[in-house]
Amino acid sequence: MSTKSLVYILKRIVLAALTVFVVITITFFVMHAVPGGPFLSEKAVSPGVLKALEAKYGLDKPLLTQFFNYLSGIFTRLDFGPSLQLRGREVLDIIVGGMKTSFKLGVIASALALISGIVLGSVAALRRNKIADNIIMVITTAFVSMPSFIMGSLLLVLFTIKYTVFPANGSTSAGLILPIITLSLYPMAYITRLTRSSMLDVLGQDYIRTAKSKGVPRIRIIFGHALKNSLIPVITYFGPMFAYIVTGSLVVEQIFAVPGIGRAFVNSITGRDYPLIMGTTIVLASLIVIMNLVSDILYKIVDPRINLD
Amino acid sequence: MKKSAFSLHVDLESFMPASAEDKEYMVQMRPSSTFFKDGIKRLRRNKVAIVSFYIVLFITLASIVLPMLWPYSYESMLGVVPGKPVDASYNNLSPFKYGSTELRKIEAGEKVFPHVFGTDSSGRDYFIRVVYGARISLSVGFFASIIVLVIGLTIGAISGYFGGKVDLILMRIVDIIYSLPDMLMIILLASVLRVSLGPAIENTIFAKLGSNVISLFIVFGALYWVSMSRLIRGQILNLREQEYVLAARASGARGPRIITKHLLPNCMSVIIISTALQIPSAIFTESYLSFLGLGVNAPMPSLGSLASEALNGLTTYPYRLVIPAIVISLIVLSLNLFGDGLRDAFDPKLRT
Repeated sequence: MSTKSLVYILKRIVLAALTVFVVITITFFVMHAVPGGPFLSEKAVSPGVLKALEAKYGLDKPLLTQFFNYLSGIFTRLDFGPSLQLRGREVLDIIVGGMKTSFKLGVIASALALISGIVLGSVAALRRNKIADNIIMVITTAFVSMPSFIMGSLLLVLFTIKYTVFPANGSTSAGLILPIITLSLYPMAYITRLTRSSMLDVLGQDYIRTAKSKGVPRIRIIFGHALKNSLIPVITYFGPMFAYIVTGSLVVEQIFAVPGIGRAFVNSITGRDYPLIMGTTIVLASLIVIMNLVSDILYKIVDPRINLD
Repeated sequence: MKKSAFSLHVDLESFMPASAEDKEYMVQMRPSSTFFKDGIKRLRRNKVAIVSFYIVLFITLASIVLPMLWPYSYESMLGVVPGKPVDASYNNLSPFKYGSTELRKIEAGEKVFPHVFGTDSSGRDYFIRVVYGARISLSVGFFASIIVLVIGLTIGAISGYFGGKVDLILMRIVDIIYSLPDMLMIILLASVLRVSLGPAIENTIFAKLGSNVISLFIVFGALYWVSMSRLIRGQILNLREQEYVLAARASGARGPRIITKHLLPNCMSVIIISTALQIPSAIFTESYLSFLGLGVNAPMPSLGSLASEALNGLTTYPYRLVIPAIVISLIVLSLNLFGDGLRDAFDPKLRT
């Protein structure tokens, strides 16, 4: 690898670290700008109890001290503090517990999106302007324009209420099928379009013509020459796809009652559970930033010709 | 003069002076066309974009005009009459059904305007709520894009024009905001701003809009300007170095002429296209936030909040979800297709 790419990768890592720090800072100060503080939202608490509570959670110290305590808690002990709504539970426990389900959901959905997207995209490119291509393009255009919550709700109506095919409750394995499909449709449509256009681009290249004129069989040209190169742009979509699946799972888990991190996040917002909001935002945001970093670096390694700056 | 087919003699007829007819044929027939006329002409030829444009136009006009004509308002609960107990027969009406007092009126021979989509669980006419929701969604999308445009244009132009240190600092800030996970930050900011903005805007004109809508605008303004400013900065940096700018300067054109004739029109297409494509994405975000309960304040409806309210009675009233779902998908889809059409028409370089 050239020094130039190394410098680029280093730059990206520094930017990512800086971004994570900015996320933590914004989250902390925004949350502390809420009028009244976390204990005022529920039933009235006497001033004495309030003081004791604030002392217990360190809320009586100056804001900067609190910030550095919070930072050191995160980086040294992965400590996001206790949850306010679910008494006696640590934020980290809730996040880890929710992550298990959400991770399963996200990984299967991305795998589904990748495989079907690449297959459909290649089919569309190879059958350009024929019926298969047109059908695929119309369907993917519709999917790209449909918000995930609409898609999820419509699937819920169709398959659990109109025709009882799947259970509506997402806490069982069979109940995860619909949320997975909902989450994968948008990235699938996007990957299909991405693969189609890059495949068309590659098929027009000189080396494909050379291979054709040498008499290489069509199958070998597609799988041996075209597919590999046309998948490079798909790598850049890894980061955004991860971000989409994270934000999409917020509503999808809500719709299908999946006990994942997304539902914990949404519930923490409606319940004003500030430590949980902060913890979840920081963890999810950092994951998204890291995935973007990985996909950018991977892109650079796979195709060193590309100058990203 | 007769000439044999194989003769090498020069055909004298080719050297005759041209007649008036020939001359007219050589004159360029097409009048010179401006950049915009050209673009509009190309846009007209794109049927998908035109159909999408008319769909958006239709929905927009309907959302403006219908609330004026409709006899019901989006917030009045029909079963609630001052001084009387709440009439529950108005809640959850199916399409084209009437409440108890309305039925009596009909029996008495009076005409009652039908509830085309029925009523919701609080007895509010659902049709007008959908229309109003479309109005809210469209206007949030439109104004958010304008805010993004103004901030992005200003900072992008400053960055591109001054260059050097200003550019460096601004672009690092842009880099960081760009790599922030936007949706999470938006949820975070929206969930806090709506709480803290409420008291701050009381008794001002903003109070009518509601703290949630204002916080949506602030969030959009704070986060979405970065891609616009990047685009405009890049465009200005790129255009400044173009040969035709050099050629214009060499042939004596001055700054104002270069800016108005060369830089602005070329920036314009990028500005129009990305603003047009910003609107559906803003509508998307707004409906997403409303769905999570972070969007517009109740009782104001938005398409997202209508969909999320419909989830509660999904088994009995699935159409209450399907209707806003169709409207929102239609708006986003047509705006996207129209934006793509604009891009194809006004920026031929980007065409694939």
